[in-house]
Amino acid sequence: MKNKEPLILVVVVFFSLLTYYLVEPFAHSTMHPHIESEGFAYNDLPAISKTGDAANGKELVMGAAACIGCHSLSVADVTGPDPVSAAAAYGVNPPDLSNAGVVYDEKFLSALIKNPAHALKVEHKFDENKGQMHPMVAFYGAGGDIDQEVADIVAYLKSIAISQEELTPVIAYENACGRCHAVHYERWTQIGTKPMFKAKQDDLTFDVKVLDYQDSLTKYMGKLPPDLSIYIRSRGAHYIETFMENPQNYLKGTAMPRVGVSAETAEKVIEYLEDSGDAKRHERESIGKNVMIFIVIFAIFAILWKKEVWKELH
Amino acid sequence: MAHFTKATSVKDWLNQRLAVDTLERVLMSEYWIPKNINFLWAMGMVLAITFALLLVSGIFLLMYYQPSVDLAFDSVNYTIMRDVDFGWLWRHVHGVAASVVFLIIYIHMFTGIYYGSYKKGREMIWISGMLLFVAFSAEAFSGYMLPWGQMSYWAGMVITNLFSGGSLHADGLVEWIRGDYVPAQAFLSRFFMLHVLLIPLAILGLIGLHFGALRIPHVNNQDGEELDFDAEAKKYLAGDKAGSKVIRFANDFISKDMMVVGVYLVFFFYLVFFQYDFAMDPVNFDPADGLKTPAHIYPEWYFLWSYEILRPFSVDVGLIAFAFAQVIFVLLPFLDRSPNAIPASRRGLFSVWFWAMLIDMIVLTAMGKVPPVEPFGTIGFYAAIIFIGLWISLPIITMLEKKA
Repeated sequence: MKNKEPLILVVVVFFSLLTYYLVEPFAHSTMHPHIESEGFAYNDLPAISKTGDAANGKELVMGAAACIGCHSLSVADVTGPDPVSAAAAYGVNPPDLSNAGVVYDEKFLSALIKNPAHALKVEHKFDENKGQMHPMVAFYGAGGDIDQEVADIVAYLKSIAISQEELTPVIAYENACGRCHAVHYERWTQIGTKPMFKAKQDDLTFDVKVLDYQDSLTKYMGKLPPDLSIYIRSRGAHYIETFMENPQNYLKGTAMPRVGVSAETAEKVIEYLEDSGDAKRHERESIGKNVMIFIVIFAIFAILWKKEVWKELH
Repeated sequence: MAHFTKATSVKDWLNQRLAVDTLERVLMSEYWIPKNINFLWAMGMVLAITFALLLVSGIFLLMYYQPSVDLAFDSVNYTIMRDVDFGWLWRHVHGVAASVVFLIIYIHMFTGIYYGSYKKGREMIWISGMLLFVAFSAEAFSGYMLPWGQMSYWAGMVITNLFSGGSLHADGLVEWIRGDYVPAQAFLSRFFMLHVLLIPLAILGLIGLHFGALRIPHVNNQDGEELDFDAEAKKYLAGDKAGSKVIRFANDFISKDMMVVGVYLVFFFYLVFFQYDFAMDPVNFDPADGLKTPAHIYPEWYFLWSYEILRPFSVDVGLIAFAFAQVIFVLLPFLDRSPNAIPASRRGLFSVWFWAMLIDMIVLTAMGKVPPVEPFGTIGFYAAIIFIGLWISLPIITMLEKKA
């Protein structure tokens, strides 16, 4: 009697893998177009030609450019309105600029200062000709060479920011995404991390503030931006990265602006989302290895037992 | 009343009361299995092990799951996945096992079809097996509702809608099943009950029936050879183990089963730790939202072939085709009119039928997932027609078959 088992195994494995290929990689490629990352190069924006002077930039930020009219700058002790009032005025709380120099890409920052709606890719929503002004007023120059002045401002922002190494996943997320997207698995709300209150009243007061903020944000964006607690499982790292890079690629006409982060910041944001939505990934990998070793040893013993028992049967 | 004597040992004490020696003999050492089998005969044990994994992991998950529309999603994705030690492990085991169990069921089913193991006294094995398939399908579907994600909600919406019967507009029936106009708390509560109590009870009962149905006709063998089990067993017990055509259930058969189980578990745990996405659809990691229909709604992979039989037709025709697909496999022993209970490879046209059915079901499965755009819509339509055609032709081609 010829042993047909190897052939049968090949047939079973072939049809199983074929089915897997068809319902997973193949089906998903037809449902979701693959979008390649540009590596956060922002190729559509003009290259930087000038070298900035941080001291001059400081004067502009504090003075002629009027940045601190809306933005707080906590490293320089410049405070702004509280997040709820700020959102009521602008739709969303304008970011504190202390770490903007490390969170955002340099080229993007320069373009943003000169033309926010263009850099953010929300010109379909904010069309000056129709009187739809972006809440951030463009910088029209302080009398000198505008490109030089913008370079100075960016140089100043970079000089006050923490270093790349000091940029933690939490800081990256809170700056780049956190003013619109809550992450309730990390207790993050659009107005900050929710403290553990002892008194019920304090707890409710905080929630009311969040709701007020969310109301303004909903009016501004058209719908409340989603909570990102487990987006790492529902969307995956590649989708989130390329979505941050240019939301219009996936959702034409979305109100979500291009975030403009550097590639390093994007990595930190992904790490934050993994900490929230896939918190046990390191444990899974290490336990997975041990279980595989255990089960392979089990399989070897099972095979040896079978051989022992069947010795007499052949 | 039986006469009891003072026990000489614990075993003797048990023997007098439970007849453990007789049980051991009847269920294990003298439960005879043909020797001429291959690893596909171990799928029953692989299924039993997978069911045990589902049961144990399910018990652990049940300790933290909250069957409430407000809490269900976070009880799964936060409490179980983050807070509870190894909660993520039980969930991944449960989710992956729920998917893999169907792969093994399909292998088990097609093994039965290929070797003719539903004929000549083995009809009840097939029928109880198909009832198990129905029960596992209901168990899988009800379980899929529990995380209360987007796919839970919308799959629940689509599947319960089927009960309106198309032009019959039996909307009252749909509302009765849901306990509401849309899937909501009543819906979640009852599917929770079905998933953790009623259907598992039915499955346990059906497994008993399935095992019992094997007893009289015995397990089939690779060549469809009719064995005289009593004569072969005598030969074995007389010491001619190599010459006998039968083996003991334990340890002979079990040792081979465990070898296959060992290899299977390597594959299974690889999936659990390193390749679990196929079993845990990303869309279901978005919380249920009745105001936001997902761009693509599709069932889990094991339901896709029957979904694709429903989809390419107009509503009423589709429902009839769908109902046909759901029951037709049960009738296989009666639609196959051939007297031969031998492997398909020796049955002429039936061999063609077997491979055509297998490939057609894989095509249906693939087309059931992709969006119904061209050319997928057309391929799916013809695959569904071929599926129905194959079943209609089965009695004819098997009647023409010559006695081997």
